[in-house]
Amino acid sequence: MSALTDLYQQLILDHNRSPRNRRKLEPADGRAEGYNPLCGDRVTVYLSLDGDVVRDIAFEGSGCAISTAAASMMTQRLKGKSVSEAKSLFEKFRRLLTDEHGVGDGGPELGKLEAFGGVRRFPARVKCATLVWHTLNAALENREDIVSTE
Amino acid sequence: MRTTVIIAQPGSAQHRPDSFDVEQVRRDFPILQRTINGKPLVYLDNAATGQKPQAVIDTISRYYAAENANIHRGVHRLSVDATAAYEGARAKVQRFMGAGRPEEIIFVRSATEAINLVAQAYARPTLEPGDEVLISTMEHHSNIVPWQIVCEQTGSVLRVVPINDAGEYMFEEYEQLLSSRTRLVAVTHVSNALGTINPVRRIIEVAHQRDIPVLVDGAQAAPHLAIDVKELDCDFYAISGHKMFGPSGIGALYGKYELLDDMPPYQGGGEMILSVSFEGTVYNHVPHKFEAGTPNIAGAIGLGATVDYLQQIGLDNIAAYEHELLVYATEALSGVPDVRLIGTAKHKAAVLSFLVGDIHPHDVGTILDMEGIAVRTGHHCAQPVMQRFGLTATARASLALYNTTAEIDALVAGVRKVRKVFG
Repeated sequence: MSALTDLYQQLILDHNRSPRNRRKLEPADGRAEGYNPLCGDRVTVYLSLDGDVVRDIAFEGSGCAISTAAASMMTQRLKGKSVSEAKSLFEKFRRLLTDEHGVGDGGPELGKLEAFGGVRRFPARVKCATLVWHTLNAALENREDIVSTE
Repeated sequence: MRTTVIIAQPGSAQHRPDSFDVEQVRRDFPILQRTINGKPLVYLDNAATGQKPQAVIDTISRYYAAENANIHRGVHRLSVDATAAYEGARAKVQRFMGAGRPEEIIFVRSATEAINLVAQAYARPTLEPGDEVLISTMEHHSNIVPWQIVCEQTGSVLRVVPINDAGEYMFEEYEQLLSSRTRLVAVTHVSNALGTINPVRRIIEVAHQRDIPVLVDGAQAAPHLAIDVKELDCDFYAISGHKMFGPSGIGALYGKYELLDDMPPYQGGGEMILSVSFEGTVYNHVPHKFEAGTPNIAGAIGLGATVDYLQQIGLDNIAAYEHELLVYATEALSGVPDVRLIGTAKHKAAVLSFLVGDIHPHDVGTILDMEGIAVRTGHHCAQPVMQRFGLTATARASLALYNTTAEIDALVAGVRKVRKVFG
């Protein structure tokens, strides 16, 4: 597979074309806005929690294919997961994008999120994939301030 | 659908003289031999920074290897020579910009610093609450934020001349926005995001009828057009070394002598003083008053080599050649389905901001990079321009004297590939 088809896998292109869970969630237990000053992209993550479990999660905003697919697939993956599982997945996802030595053991599996492994070869694009996850972190803490990738 | 866009010829140059040989020019720029991702580098990000000709690289290297010393200090030979080279570079930039005297050229870090200098040392002491500074929608952030800061410091108001759908400065609105409170007009000569060449001469003329001084941001003009500050009659003109194929960390501010002479210093330190005591300090004369501390000596000398290089080729030759490239590229890109050009001014420099359907410009940029093609994607440090067109970003191909029609063809093939990847 070429670096390019590795980056723009069909799964990613599909989520870019038809993003899942792209809507406003009101009322939300957690909400945060993320901003990437490099490209001007903005994303808002909404969370609805049932105790420690993510009952519903959605996002708004538009960005590049990588950031849109990352938001879509993240929301899909996290619905029904606990907050600690979500944080563990973020850590694994971050390592998938930056760490050459694999993603480590234990905790929930990345599953389809491994489609983002190709981003590792495009350092300028790593933030596109992680912005929504950083924003999720802020939403979990229900911080209203804007998260920046810089 | 194929759209043919006809663009008016800037300046008087009608035909490319036979003396301009792009292949010869390309040989002057060693980086153009590089490959990226296994493909020949196609460098179309010239509005971000220009590549460096060997003559400039050699000048800087020779300065550090054989001529380095601090300036305006020692009696020793090296210092005397370095001072002569530094002041010689000032004279070269003076001639390049058409200024009357070398003292009217102040070496700064960048065009950004030049504008900040004018904002803090010219505008700040004169602005009063309710006074107005007039800029335009198409300014680079560097010609917006320094004015916002000084307006905040003085209680003045920032006013903005709008642009039309083609990305042109709206002259009638400009005339209406000039008021009895306008104290300064600042405008870019060439828009970095849209390529628009502004009618700066007319803008200056109208402002001067009301005794309002004008600063021109020439960062994007200097690599592409002949500049003549006397003919423009501008009060300040800012240029950036690295954008005109010189070193980074050096730029120049032209200012009319009487204005500069009246202005207080911008920064304090060595070089900008004649004598220092705790009872009082006597400032140095223009231009040294504005060059506190040891300056970027190698950068200034490198900038001198850069203007030599540009003048040897001839700015009119460059402008004519780049206009041919612009016409070719406009037609070629317009021929790709779903490509939309942002910025279609009648008078344009060779900058093509574009969108490919609803594909995000970052994705366009990544796919082009895999083909060895360097374009800028994003807001181009001109977010108000993006907002004007309801966008967050565009892809931008900005051309220079060493680009070729074959490289435009590579860009077009790359854009077709983008469409293919995204189905």
